[in-house]
Formats: sequence, structure tokens, C-alpha cells
Amino acid sequence: MRHNAYQTQKIAFVLLFIATVLVVLPVIFIVFIIVQKGWHAITWEFLTAIPKNGMREGGIFPAIVGTVYLVVGTLIFALPLGVLSAIYLTEYSKDNLLTRLIKLAIINLAGVPSVVYGLFGLGIFVIFLKFGSSILAGSLTLAIMVLPIIITTTKEALDSVPQSFREVSLSLGASKWQTIQYSVLPHALPGILTGVILAISRAAGETAPILFTVAAFYLPHLPQSIFDQAMALPYHLYVISTQVPNVSVEIRYGTALVLLVMVLSANFVAIVIRSKFRKMKKW
Amino acid sequence: MLVPMSIQNNERKQADVIVQTRELNLFYGDFQALKDVDIAIREKSITALIGPSGCGKSTFLRTLNRMNDLIEGVKITGEILIDGMNIRDEQIDLVSLRKKVGMVFQRPNPFPLSVAENILFAPKIHKTAQRKNHPMIVEECLKSVLLWDDFKDRLDMNALNLSLEQQQRLCMARLLSVKPDILLMDEPCSALDPIATERIEELMWILKENYTIIIVTHNMQQAARVSDDTGFMLLGELIEFGKTKRIFTNPQDQRTNDYITGRFG
Ligand SMILES: Nc1ncnc2c1ncn2[C@@H]1O[C@H](COP(=O)(O)OP(=O)(O)OP(=O)(O)O)[C@@H](O)[C@H]1O
Ligand SMILES: [Mg+2]
Repeated sequence: MRHNAYQTQKIAFVLLFIATVLVVLPVIFIVFIIVQKGWHAITWEFLTAIPKNGMREGGIFPAIVGTVYLVVGTLIFALPLGVLSAIYLTEYSKDNLLTRLIKLAIINLAGVPSVVYGLFGLGIFVIFLKFGSSILAGSLTLAIMVLPIIITTTKEALDSVPQSFREVSLSLGASKWQTIQYSVLPHALPGILTGVILAISRAAGETAPILFTVAAFYLPHLPQSIFDQAMALPYHLYVISTQVPNVSVEIRYGTALVLLVMVLSANFVAIVIRSKFRKMKKW
Repeated sequence: MLVPMSIQNNERKQADVIVQTRELNLFYGDFQALKDVDIAIREKSITALIGPSGCGKSTFLRTLNRMNDLIEGVKITGEILIDGMNIRDEQIDLVSLRKKVGMVFQRPNPFPLSVAENILFAPKIHKTAQRKNHPMIVEECLKSVLLWDDFKDRLDMNALNLSLEQQQRLCMARLLSVKPDILLMDEPCSALDPIATERIEELMWILKENYTIIIVTHNMQQAARVSDDTGFMLLGELIEFGKTKRIFTNPQDQRTNDYITGRFG
């Protein structure tokens, strides 16, 4: 039997559709299960109290706070460093062997498994620099992990600013730095912001990099300084799921739900900004 | 006829030379793009540069505000005097040079900002004006390019929503905000339709009162209509330079003749 092009196309469509559904279904299923099982745990107390009775009761407040601290700490280190190096790479560096090596290294850095960052952080920040297991060490480790994300998205954002903006600005007597400041960065800002938010959701969600560098099994109080350990949501979830017996299903899924909502809402904001940016941009 | 005959026939004052080059050579790496260019451009005149594609017209323009500095591997020899100052001097202040010698680009390239913000871009960067004077600058610059009446009520409109002709006018207005003396225009009308082109040419006649204009064009009629002096370039050389009327009616060089009569690749 001979297939005409139209039939082939139809079959291809169906196959592609099934493939897409197969990808999306598990995600929907996971979210559904987590919401269904964790929903009832979400109370005001759960969000604002410290864990009690060996983490079988009470809330997850210290873990939420710890995660927020870590995200903020990560951004403090990664944002300026990442944006500045992206500016250097796109606006200043010449296209030579060294630059190409640096770019290659950044791409490869993005592919390094997160547990390797954890070990690296343990070796450098915790032991060698004697920060101990602390918010400082954890933030630095996470910062190194998200640097490639920030550099890559910032670089893309800068590259997408038309060359003519730079030429006009220079021809009006602006210096190179003024040009970057006033006619490049403002137009790249939404793209940079997208990268920042992706970095936030990555930093908030990872367990391995904080495992040896900051995460506390259980703390009855909030961290007092950047040299204190802190609890964090992903690690807390791991602990109550595998290390502590008889934690109710509700609490475990409730914790997962909180983490999921934090990460997904960050991603959602990134998507909104990006689509706004696309509409705005007409050059 | 867009040029009022009275202006055309008026005997222009003997204007001083404002731009002068002597044995100007420019190399992109090994490739020589300008060869011994000697030119003297008079103040408050319009000078047209014509010549086939790739002959070095844009390159020449870009030497005058040192935009070629941005390209790697460019070597320049010779003298470029603007107002008697050698601008190739390392000591020269690039900021004041580029304020003095402004550039209008081939494609209208306003920033994706409001009309007012486009014009205030340079004054803000150079901090040359107090905030309270900003509206005045916007008005002045827009008036100079005849956009004021159209836009006085919508200064916050995004410049990208303007027509191409309006965008090009706005780019000129943005340039005027730094109070330049010389306007370099690299094919400023090539993205515009004939009617818009005609109106930009009229504007150039008005601007000539206060500015020296050097325009690169592929449009021979445009050069003939709009300019006082014309230079014909070929393969990096300035073959012939003189009064536009003479160049177009009585060229001295066979190659100029071939080009303006269209017998040329
Ligand atoms: N950045 C560069 N690097 C190397 N060669 C260049 C560069 N820019 C221009 N050239 C060469 O220099 C010569 C002159 O270029 P230029 O752009 O000045 O010509 P033009 O007369 O403006 O041409 P057109 O009418 O097409 O705009 C051309 O042969 C071009 O290939
Ligand atoms: Mg050109």
C-alpha cells in the first residue's frame, strides 16, 4: 500500500503528540500527587512554626528561612560576578584562544553534576578557608553552581542588543562604559532578570551542593550569622523522608509542596518577564 | 523643484575650510581602503561623496569621527584636520570630537525609547543640561528637524512606532542635541521612499544654514540636487573633487564621466 505525503504527515503528528503527552503526563501526575497529599498540611502554623517532636510535628519555618537566606546569599555573590563577566566576554574581550577557552569552560561548568559542586565547596570553603559548614560556605557553593546560568543568559541578553545601539551611543560621544551602562544594559535587563530567576529556582531546589556545606539536620532556632548552619527545604525534605521514622505523609508532602510552589513561582515569573520582553522588543 | 531657486543662485559667502585631509591612507589589515585622499571641505556647505560600492566612502566618513578606532587592525597614515586640529593626535579628546562631528546612519536607528528620551540621551550622558532645561532641548531639537508640530503632544510615544522618515529625522534631532558642527550622513535616505527622501533633502538645505554636511549617496540625482561640492571616489582614491555643478556638467576625469553617465559597473 502506498502512503501519500498527507498520510505520513498525519502519522507523524500523532506520534509527536503521543511523545509530548508522555513527557507531560508524569509531570502533571507528580504535581497532582504532591498537591493532593500535601494540601492538608499547609496551615499557618506549618509555615511559621519550628519543627517539634523530632520533626514529626510543628512547622518548617527554619527550613523556609534557610532557603531564602541561601538564595539571597547566592545572588549576592553570583549576580555581580556573573553579570560583570558576561559584560567582559561580550563587550570587551577579543576573540582569541583564551576567550574561547573561557567560554568553553563556562559551558562545561553548566554540565557538572551538582554533587561535585558540593564536594568542591566542602574542600574549598568549609575546610580550606575554614568557613565551616555555614550559610557563607553554602551560598558560595551555590553561587558557583549558578554562575554559568547567569553568565550564559546575560551573554545572550547582551548579544541580542543590536550593534547599532552601541554605534549610535559611541558616535554621540559616550564612552564605552557609558554606552554599556545607558544603551546596552537597560535593553538587556529583562533577559538578565530571566537568568537570575532561573538561578534562584536552581539554588532553592538543589540538595547536593548544600549537603556538606551548610545544611543542618535540625536546628531549634534560626541562624544568627552567616557562619551558622541553616536548615533548607530540599535537605529537610530528604531528612524527614529517609532519616526520621514515622513522619506523617502529610508533613512530607506538605514540605515538598512548599518547595515546589517556591520554585515554580520563580519560574513562572521568569516566563512572564520573558514573554513581555519578546512583545516589547521590535528591533 | 524642491530647492528654492533663490537659494541656489545666491552667491554663497566664501566659506572657510573646516575639514581637510592630507595624504590620508587607511588600511584594514593588509587591504588599503583609502589611498592618498586629499580633500578640503568648506564650512556650512553640503559635500556629497559618490562612487561605486566598496570604494571607501563609508570608511572615509568614519575616519572623521574616529569610529574606525573600533575596528581591529585599522592603520591610518596622513593628516586629518578639523578646524585646524589634527584629530589623529593621541591627545585629542574623543568625546568632544564626536560631539563636534556627529553621524547619521544608513538605517534609522532610534533607541526603543520615547521620542523625548531619544533626544535627551546625549544631554543626560554628558550632563550638559539641567533637568529643567530638558523640555527646551527637546523642543529645540525637534523644531530643527521639523518634527515638533507632529510630536509636541506625544513626546512619550515609542520612537519605534514612527515612520522610517520620522525615525531618521528623530535620529538627526538626537544628534543635534550635542550641538555638533559637522554632520556625517552615510546614505541617510537609502531606507526611505522617494517622497520621504525629498523631504529629508529639504531638511538638509535648512540644516546647512548652521551645519557642515557630508553625505554619502548612491543616488546621483540626490548628489546633484542637494550638494554644493561633490567628490567622486574609486577604489579608495578621490578621483575628482569640485563644485557639484562642474562635476556633473564638465567632469575632468574620464572615470568620473563614465560613472555619472552610468557607464560604470
Ligand atoms: N571592517 C572592515 N574590515 C576589512 N575590510 C573592510 C572593513 N570595512 C570595509 N572594508 C573594505 O573596505 C572597502 C571600503 O568599504 P566601505 O564600506 O568604506 O565602502 P563604501 O564605499 O561605503 O561602499 P558602499 O557604497 O557599499 O557602502 C571595501 O572593499 C570593504 O570590503
Ligand atoms: Mg558605505
